Amino acid sequence: MNKLEALCHKNFPLGHKISIDGDMIFGEATLSTGPVSILGTINQASIGIDLAFSMASKVIEIIEKYPQRPIIILVDTQGQKLSKRDELLGNTGYLSHLSKCFEYARDNGHRIISIIYNEAVSGGYLALGLIADESFAVSDAQIRVMALPAMSRITQIPLDQLEELCNSSPIFGPGIKNYIALGAIEDVADENLCIELEKAVLKTTNNDTRAKSGLERGGRNLAYSVINSVIDA
Amino acid sequence: MQIEHSIGIRELSARERIFKVLDKGTFEEILPPSERVFSPHLKILGLPIAFDDGIVIGEGFIKGKKIFIAAQEPGFMGGAVGEVHGAKLTGILKRAAEKKPSAVVLIFDTGGVRLHEANAGLIAISEIQRAMFSARKAGVPLIVLSAGSNGIYGGIGIISRCCDYVIITEEGRLSVSGPEVIESQKGVEEFDARDRALVWRTMGGKHRFLINEAQCFVQDDVEKIRDAVSNYFDKPIPLDFKNLKEEHAELKERIDKYGDSRDAIEIWGKMGIDNPQDVPSLDFDAFVKVANKVLQHE
Repeated sequence: MNKLEALCHKNFPLGHKISIDGDMIFGEATLSTGPVSILGTINQASIGIDLAFSMASKVIEIIEKYPQRPIIILVDTQGQKLSKRDELLGNTGYLSHLSKCFEYARDNGHRIISIIYNEAVSGGYLALGLIADESFAVSDAQIRVMALPAMSRITQIPLDQLEELCNSSPIFGPGIKNYIALGAIEDVADENLCIELEKAVLKTTNNDTRAKSGLERGGRNLAYSVINSVIDA
Repeated sequence: MQIEHSIGIRELSARERIFKVLDKGTFEEILPPSERVFSPHLKILGLPIAFDDGIVIGEGFIKGKKIFIAAQEPGFMGGAVGEVHGAKLTGILKRAAEKKPSAVVLIFDTGGVRLHEANAGLIAISEIQRAMFSARKAGVPLIVLSAGSNGIYGGIGIISRCCDYVIITEEGRLSVSGPEVIESQKGVEEFDARDRALVWRTMGGKHRFLINEAQCFVQDDVEKIRDAVSNYFDKPIPLDFKNLKEEHAELKERIDKYGDSRDAIEIWGKMGIDNPQDVPSLDFDAFVKVANKVLQHE
């Protein structure tokens, strides 16, 4: 069974109907709290202008057809599409438009939840994972900005030094644990995801609490205090 | 013989840019270098730090209007975003949502996430994005200026377009992935990063203005930049459904019209520009004339 099927089977036991169109997945599922819309990506999609636009169309469709219905984003992305054409046509505009669609949905009563079920990298993770009110990841998912060997090459810091530092700091190394420590992902075991998902869709506050969580979890010690000292200056 | 005096901001540091753009003597910096708020992560890696973590934020006036301002330091780690740098940006935007200045001016000049603290940098960019939306919903217009030597790339490129307006100079650039990143991952056939003409016409100010990724094209001249910026004060664009759907339609039209184009010159030709191959060499006035002709036409 592939990862997407396994995820849906486990977490939407009351039923789900999902169709796949290229690298986009779209559909709905039933939780005990009611129906939710499903939107996401598959095949470690790279997010270029066409996919970002198609997903934005779907968010607008959800807003129009199903007011206030929660949206669960199922994330599998290798990042933004690295291509001349997509930059030529302005991937900045398409990715930011998708974010505005999610933000508008959020403001109009749609809870936005993301689940990283395979891979989430860089700009794709920003657009589909980090945009959510609450974010989860399955235990074998991968989250990163860049793999360590490439990071070593670009920063000119020896790989073994980077690997050693990864053991003591969540700040740059790949991995879900790091993103939990930094406050971006909720710490939930796979077997509890189904229950936590239902709790998450029922919440109504949508303040950004990630910097605070990052401090409480010991992963980011400065962000929260710096933000507040600027506000209070 | 007189040496020509530069009046632009391209070659300046972040703090110099702010001093030039603001009314004289009005800048009040928040968390200035004297407060020593810097990145703890760079220190662990044994790298140089900056006492402002490469970003200057604060309040001031432009043409008598109270605004908030931020400028990334191009010379410190390429303007890249780390934990503290990002938190300062989030803070100034959240402060703007509360205090409602006439605008927030964001002088970005960056490669995106700072790899040495990559996870914190990426999350910070998402936090900045959320804070941008908060400020916009409070009715504060956010104005991005791309006039620097690094351009605006990575996650900051994406969230720049979450702001109300992008102002760009001919030398400014705006994209997600940089030429070197595309070339290193996809090969020189996909993007030849050494072909500077290709870089400029794909990601540079002229093209970004023509396809409306930037809403204003300005000369790198302090007074003209001050005019362009102040033109948008107190003119927030509501994040409402009407505007969202209008943008959606515009982006669809862009794909429909130009989606199969292989090069910017091809797009400019399709826009109705005569001799599109000459666009890169047009001077400011000639370019604006050509651009206005086709943009009005649309």
